[in-house]
Amino acid sequence: MKTFNYHAAKDVKEASKLASNSSAFLAGGMTSIPSMKLGLATYKDVIDIKHIKKLSGIKVSGKSVTVGATTKHAEVASSKDVKKAIPSLAKLAGGIGDAQVRNRGTVGGSIANNDPSACYPSACMALNAIIHTNNRRIEASKFFKGMFETALKKGELIEAVEFKIPEKSNYQKHPNPASRYAIVGVYLAKHKKEVNVAVTGAKSSVYIDKDLSKALSSSFSSSAIDGMELDSSEMNSDIHASAEFRASLVTTYAKKAVEAC
Amino acid sequence: MASLVGSRVERKEDKRLLTGKGRYTADINISNQTYAAFVRSPHARAKIKKVDTSKALKASGVVSILTGEEIANDKIGGLIAGWAIRSEDGSEMKVPANPPLAKDSANFVGEPIAVVFAESLDEAKAAADLVNVDYKILKGVINTADAMKGETIHEGIDKNLCYDWLLGDRKAVEEAFAKADKIIKVDLINNRCVPNAMEPRACVVDYNTASEEITLYTTSQNPHLSRLIMSAFGGVAPENKLRVVAPDVGGGFGSKINVYNEEIVCSWASKKIERPIKWVAERTESFLTDTHGRDHVTHAELAITNEGKFLAFKNETTANLGAYARVFGTVTPTYLFGPCATGVYIIPAAYTNVKAVYTNTAPVDAYRGAGRPEATYTIERLVEKAAMELGIDRTEIRMRNFPTEFPFKQTLVHTVDSGDYVAGLEKAKQMSDYAGFEERRKKSVANGKLRGIGVSSYFEACGIAPSAVVMSLGCGVGLWESSEVRFNPTGQVSVFTGAHSHGQGHDTTFAQIAADELGISLEAVDVVHGDTDKGTFGMGTYGSRSLAVGGIAIVNACRKIVAKGKRVAAKMLEVSEDEIDFKDGEFVVTKSNKKKTIGEVAFACYLPGSRDSEFKSPLPEGEEPGLIETSFFDPANFSFPAGSHIAEVEIDPETGEVKVEKYTAVDDFGRIVNPLVVEGQVHGGIAQGIGQALHENTEYDETGQLITASYMDYTMPRADNFPEFNLGFTCTHATSNPLGVKGCGEAGAIASPPAIMNAVIDALGGQEISMPATAEKVWKACKVLKKSNSKAA
Repeated sequence: MKTFNYHAAKDVKEASKLASNSSAFLAGGMTSIPSMKLGLATYKDVIDIKHIKKLSGIKVSGKSVTVGATTKHAEVASSKDVKKAIPSLAKLAGGIGDAQVRNRGTVGGSIANNDPSACYPSACMALNAIIHTNNRRIEASKFFKGMFETALKKGELIEAVEFKIPEKSNYQKHPNPASRYAIVGVYLAKHKKEVNVAVTGAKSSVYIDKDLSKALSSSFSSSAIDGMELDSSEMNSDIHASAEFRASLVTTYAKKAVEAC
Repeated sequence: MASLVGSRVERKEDKRLLTGKGRYTADINISNQTYAAFVRSPHARAKIKKVDTSKALKASGVVSILTGEEIANDKIGGLIAGWAIRSEDGSEMKVPANPPLAKDSANFVGEPIAVVFAESLDEAKAAADLVNVDYKILKGVINTADAMKGETIHEGIDKNLCYDWLLGDRKAVEEAFAKADKIIKVDLINNRCVPNAMEPRACVVDYNTASEEITLYTTSQNPHLSRLIMSAFGGVAPENKLRVVAPDVGGGFGSKINVYNEEIVCSWASKKIERPIKWVAERTESFLTDTHGRDHVTHAELAITNEGKFLAFKNETTANLGAYARVFGTVTPTYLFGPCATGVYIIPAAYTNVKAVYTNTAPVDAYRGAGRPEATYTIERLVEKAAMELGIDRTEIRMRNFPTEFPFKQTLVHTVDSGDYVAGLEKAKQMSDYAGFEERRKKSVANGKLRGIGVSSYFEACGIAPSAVVMSLGCGVGLWESSEVRFNPTGQVSVFTGAHSHGQGHDTTFAQIAADELGISLEAVDVVHGDTDKGTFGMGTYGSRSLAVGGIAIVNACRKIVAKGKRVAAKMLEVSEDEIDFKDGEFVVTKSNKKKTIGEVAFACYLPGSRDSEFKSPLPEGEEPGLIETSFFDPANFSFPAGSHIAEVEIDPETGEVKVEKYTAVDDFGRIVNPLVVEGQVHGGIAQGIGQALHENTEYDETGQLITASYMDYTMPRADNFPEFNLGFTCTHATSNPLGVKGCGEAGAIASPPAIMNAVIDALGGQEISMPATAEKVWKACKVLKKSNSKAA
């Protein structure tokens, strides 16, 4: 590992001020530390935001669940309030990585990294989340820009993620058998006016599957999408799953999600 | 006194190992040590044109950099193949030189080219990056099936063929095939596995400039054998100047049998640079350079009658050796494979033909089961397919072909001394509720799932063993085992063994044996292993041999102790030897009930006299003082564990996921010393076998890059991949050793892949599918099944 300057920021303002073209915010470090260790990423400054109290915690209102950026997956998974308001969100958090990862990894870290096979981005998309940063509110649909890319600007720090409480929702994941990341993850949310089927793992970045969402908006039943063949041309293909298999899995898990609602 | 042998004694080593008090090689630090980082080939096949170390030598903290040229100049020998195999035409196998640091050519990704020693690990790694190797990249030979058609990897080894070996009688087989009602055929791939010991390989070398002794701490399954090889073939140092210590070792599964490049290089270099050296493999180095397992391509046929009687068997296999032939590399696909190819059945004619090929991949060597899993997979697929094609129940067809009389002389090599295959299968059927399967299948189908059941009946030849036999088959050493049993004057006992424990629980089981033999408490016995400076020479642990060979050496040494004790006790009790019985640790005069404990006798052996003994010794005339005995045990035969496993799987046809719903294993290991330890061994073996069948996916791309070189892509099975294993035992004693034990370390990994695959293929309506049966492969097969079912409807 290359040497770097470590800063423990005491507040968001300080953290943002320290940011440069060669810096990284450190929350759980579940991606950044291994990347640095393997020499895949090098930074001059690592800005630790774990000690900023304001960034951690869960707030539930009648309409939304707001999760602070440095809230750990284990906290979301075990939160009674989250389980009551959006049980599928707690389930998603409880299925990320392993116990060690869930005790360190954070929601802010997950979505800022925007790994194409991470779970959380699908929840943001399906639950019409608002990403609150230190200087604006970004809708999820405008936040995830592409593989490992987001709308975040230099020095911009996620403070919290506000998930809208749906009528019904469910998350289904086909894990990569080795890494347990999502080969395909389908987050289904039925809101008052629409149904969102958000998919992670299948393409270069999370997306809303319009065909599945539309079909389920007009009829919220698994038979409405049974046998639906999705276009696999933009889907990922690797040693664990071909694009064709992924396409089929998206429909299959969307069906399972409807049935589980 | 209750017998310790047979009881569920908790493992003595667990307190140490589970509370972080174990001492592994990486825990050892020598003051003033340097850190080694190896420069490895990034190419599968390349000519090495130049190795330029000039820039790296200037880097911070660098102590020395050594290359293939220097090791060749110092005439340090290379890695060796331990068994010489002859081809069918009588010619000797062809083995390339395997220098510890490649000088002229690199033949697999990860092969070491040079080594950097520096004051810190970071500095060593940084400098290794600066070593500039000029390669001419050549087209590699990667694929097992096509290896003989590829470019010649090693000069003079035509068609990349190490040997073309035959066991059996082709003519008899062809005659029997001509008379058969039916011929069952399979084409199988036995997938390559990476052993993945929890502890990666490591070595620490301490060279004493005054005594000129090298001490090598290393992750080895067989430290004595390592010393012999490094000394006799490597020329690193004479045996008396080389001490090899394998302290706590965290798993081997065959991958730590070999003496590796890094151990030879660091031992040689420590003397050269006159500094201690430490090297610990990173996980990716383990993936790339530990010896791998399996990797066979097989075509096999079974000739049968309409009644399901087996007439003849043939097996044509291409076995991938990887880039070089290593210690057990050449014997694994021959004598550890061919003699077991006909399984637990009477098959009057059989042959196995194996072509062993070199490729530009990591060397392949013994991996838990070594040859026997490959043999069992082949015959058990054939048998299951025969049952399906004839419409005979899969257990019934097996029963019809089991031998019922023992000793059972097999068609090919082995005479199996004992067994009861019928009892094992009957018990497995009953424990697995075999009769209730069709009901369970219906329930699964009603839930939109597929369900399948698979049986695997196996036997294996282990406890390897008889020196005269293995040496006549080409083994470079005899495979006896030794023990020294040493009484202390105050009554405790040290048991030295040449076997090595790297998870097997010898501290406990060997102590149970010695405590029983000597009639002392378990706490009074300590087992010592893993250090060439402590105890007698031994061959180490692999091939489920520790108990059946090493354990017997302990028994025999203990019996020599008792024999001497009896002579001494007779003198002390003033009776003749035949008037004394030894029982529960006491020498008792049968008539008078006068007695001496073995502790008292040991004391007298070390302190033969007393103030008022009037110059009389308690020792008989000519008897030496002390109470230490040694035994070398060389059994007359292998041992032959056997059993039947039954697996039940459920498949989700839409996701292709295979769930192992039930797993029943019934094994005959002969006499069991510690059921707790044996169950642990069976659990581990089954888990490894299920890993091979369903999960473990070693994949090289066409250029020879290992694309599954980390846990992000290589699927190691985890606890949630398994159901609770349902274990049962039957028992027939081995007749080749006085304990009647057979060996249990490999059985689970031998029996489980075919049980699982037979169940998966049953669920898929008989469609062949290759290991590992991953989700996508199964999903595709489910689609085919759905199509053919809808056509039929």
